[in-house]
This record gives sequence, structure tokens and C-alpha cells, in this order.
Amino acid sequence: MAGAAPSVPGAVTTALRRTGGTALFLGRVIGQCAPALRRPQLVIAQIYNAGARSLIIVMLCGLFVGMVLGLQGYDLLQRFGSESALGVAAALGLVKELGPVITALLFAGRAGTSLASEIGLMRATDQLSAMEMMAVDPVRRVIAPRFLGGIIAVPLLTAIFDGVGIFGAQLIGIDLLGVESGSFWSQMQSAVTRTDVNEGLVKSLCFGVACSLMAVYEGYHADPTAEGVGLATTRTVVSSAILTLLLDYILTAAFLGS
Amino acid sequence: MSEPLVDVQDVRYAVGGRTVFEDLTLQARRGEITAVMGPSGTGKTTLLRLIMGAIRPDAGRVTVFGQYVAGLDRRGLYALRQRVGMLFQNGALLTDLDVFENVAFPLREHTRLPEPLLRRLVLMKLQAVGLRGAASMATSSLSGGMARRVALARAICMDPELLIYDEPFAGLDPISLGVILRLIQSLNATLGITSIVVTHDVQEISTIAHQSYLLSGGKVVASGSPEQLRAAAIPVVNQFMNGLPDGPVPFHVPAPDYHQQLLGED
Repeated sequence: MAGAAPSVPGAVTTALRRTGGTALFLGRVIGQCAPALRRPQLVIAQIYNAGARSLIIVMLCGLFVGMVLGLQGYDLLQRFGSESALGVAAALGLVKELGPVITALLFAGRAGTSLASEIGLMRATDQLSAMEMMAVDPVRRVIAPRFLGGIIAVPLLTAIFDGVGIFGAQLIGIDLLGVESGSFWSQMQSAVTRTDVNEGLVKSLCFGVACSLMAVYEGYHADPTAEGVGLATTRTVVSSAILTLLLDYILTAAFLGS
Repeated sequence: MSEPLVDVQDVRYAVGGRTVFEDLTLQARRGEITAVMGPSGTGKTTLLRLIMGAIRPDAGRVTVFGQYVAGLDRRGLYALRQRVGMLFQNGALLTDLDVFENVAFPLREHTRLPEPLLRRLVLMKLQAVGLRGAASMATSSLSGGMARRVALARAICMDPELLIYDEPFAGLDPISLGVILRLIQSLNATLGITSIVVTHDVQEISTIAHQSYLLSGGKVVASGSPEQLRAAAIPVVNQFMNGLPDGPVPFHVPAPDYHQQLLGED
């Protein structure tokens, strides 16, 4: 009967099938990454599409997150009389955690959805079938460059988010609340280590893979209808967000454990 | 009589428990225009997908250029497809590329031609379909007929031996329709391309087809020249060729008794 609630075993089977399908698709896309890299202009176009076009939203959000960190951090630290550590608190919070996570979520919302709907529409309008019939593998020509573009764009966007965020924190901390500028910057310099930056970099790379994969997978497997493309877009955001936060926990635990 | 370039022998194909083809047999001969006609929903597009190796038959053989299609791996299939051009029903142009780049697409993907030569080739193909002046236009600003002509230029870009048209006349105004019809004929005659045209526009295709097949109920119900088809004393052929609304292909989808359904539920 149409509209009946799926049974629990049915839902589990569907989830397992989707997970397996995604893993197999990832393998197929990775296999086509090397041929795609031989035409760098396709990848560069996608870095522009996914990355450069997300710049404004990422910078704007980075600024506000940094400003909030400045306010909240100052409020917390002054209770212990250590407001001079505001620079360290803001930088570590941004570099290790907020930068990679929020950038990934913004990327999924801004670029992931547009990737998924673009690929879904290509499917719906027979463009992908046409490529197949012209003996061109759509995974190599369409999917791999977009996947690579996303992976390259997310860490770059994260770095920009971190930078703008720290600027926002100093705007509030130093210029508005009067934290001493010398200690703000020097403490940050001495406390933030290469390991912290590496942690943020590894996280943003992993999130880039996860968000790009979900976008291209959902778009490529969208039903060729208006409803199917809409559903693929929604699924991209939902699964990217869940995967990002799940990976964030696993990676944080792994870094703290080591 | 020339040899068959495409040979479909006793093909059976079912999807989702519904039999699409049962013992389907037809051939497209080298250098000829073969029309495959039939009412909507008889699996004409499915037949094209079988010929192109996008799906495999449950039984029977599909042979193209003497190669058994279902036996080819991905690489073999792609090699085969480079010798075939296909025109999709809606053109299926790549929306992120302009007209020129759409036509250049197969050349850029499959060859390493120097840019000036590639440009000349693309302009020649566009000239053949009368759209050289539209080379820099975006695909979104093309009319339906123009989009189909661009797709045709793209389909002939790799100089295919076989051209497959999926409903080339659907939704076209009479002028565009006439243009496409003329193009199919002239490409066939001047380039010696073998053509398979899937359509339900009987009148149009009858004027240019060398051989016609009429599909119904998953098999070929009649074949021959358009004149032979028109003269055939088979009810379904007669209904189709003359466009009669009711006959062996019923006007009404099977339903419960009309009066009973309207009045009997109180």
C-alpha cells in the first residue's frame, strides 16, 4: 500500500544498501580521479564553483563566529582573571573545531546542494546517459572533477574561515573589550602548535571528502524527476551534516588519544 | 541486399515482471534507413538501449557491426559506441556548455586534435545542420528544433557508421520537422550512414525509410516497405498506419464496468 510506514528490517536493509552503495561509488570515483587530474582545467572550474562562490558566506559566518567567541570567551575567562588567554581560546576553538565543522556544514549547504541538484538535473535531462552513449564515462567527466574540487576547496575555505574568525575575535577582544593586544597575540603564537593546525587540516580534508562524496552520490543516484532532484538535495544536507559531526567525534577522540 | 549492420535475433526482455519483448527479431541493413514504429509504450526506446548495450536481453542476441553486444565489457562497449551516434528525444545537450562546445564535446573527449582543426571540424558539422551562426549561443536559448539539430551535429561529429534517432520528430513544428527529416535523409545518402529511426510519426518517416518495422505487444507485427505496411491486412497495423483511435490497441485502459462503477457504489 502506498504511503505505508517501512518496516524496521526494511529500513535497516535500505540503510545498509545505501552505505554499501556509497562505499562502492567512492571506490569508483577514486579510480577516476587520476584521469580527471590529467585535465586540471575541469577541476579548477569546480574549485571555483564550489569554493570561490562559497567565499562570502564562509567569511561572513567566520566573522560572526569569531566575534561570538570573543564575547563568550571574554565572559568566561574574566571570571578566572585570565582574559589575556582570549587569543589562545579563540584560535584553538577555531582551528581545531569550529573552523572545520562549520565550514563543512556551510559547504554542504551552499555548494553540496548545488552540486547534487546540478548532477541530478543532468541525470533527469538525459545528459549523463548521452555521455554514456558517446562513450564518455560520466563518473570521469562529471563526478570526479566535482569531487576533487570539493576536497580541495573545503580545507582552503576552512583556513579562510579560521583567519576571519580570529580577526573577529580580536575585533571584540582587543578593540571592544580592551584585552591587551600583546598578550592576545603572543599567547596565541606560543600556545597554538603545529599539531593543532594539523588536526584542523586533517579534519577539514576528511569533511571535504565526506561532504563532496554525499553531494555527488546523491546527485548521481537521484530519481530523474523534479521530486527526485529535490529529495537528493535534502539528503545531501542531512547526510553531510550527520557524517561531518560523526567524523568530528571520531577524529577528535583519535587526536586526543594519540 | 546488403548485410545487416544491426541484427536483433529472438530477443526476450522483461523488466519488473512485465515482458517488454518476446522473440523480437529485426535487422538494420548497411546504408539504409530503418524505421521502427509502434504505439507509445511498446518499448521502442528500450530497443535502442538494447542495441547500445545499456541493458542486456534475458534471451536472444543483439549484434552490432558483427559484435555480440551483451558479450562486450565496458571498454569494448565504449569502443563500439564511438562508432555509433545517437540522437536523444530531447537533444540531451550539456547545459553548462555552449553550442560550439557541445558539438566539440566528443572530439575533445576522444581525440587530441589541435584546436584550429577541431574548430574547423565543428564548424563544418554545424554548417551541415544550418547552425554555424549559432555556434556561440547558450543551449538554454535554443528552440526545440535547433536543440535537436545541435544534438544531431554532435551525433555526427565522430563520423559514425550508425546513427540512431530516438523520436526525432516529437514536439517539432512543421518547419523544424521538415528540416530534421531532410537531414536524416541527406546524412544517410551523402555520408552513407546507416540509420535507425524510432518514431511514431508514420507519414513523415514513410517518405524516407527503406525498411519499416511495426512493433506491438513486444514483437514485430509487420515489416517491409511503408507501402507494404500500409497494404497489410493486419488490424493493429491498419489502426496504427491510419491513426484510428480505437481498435486492437484500445482507447480505454482496462477498467471495471462503467455503469456499475458510477451507480453501483451507493
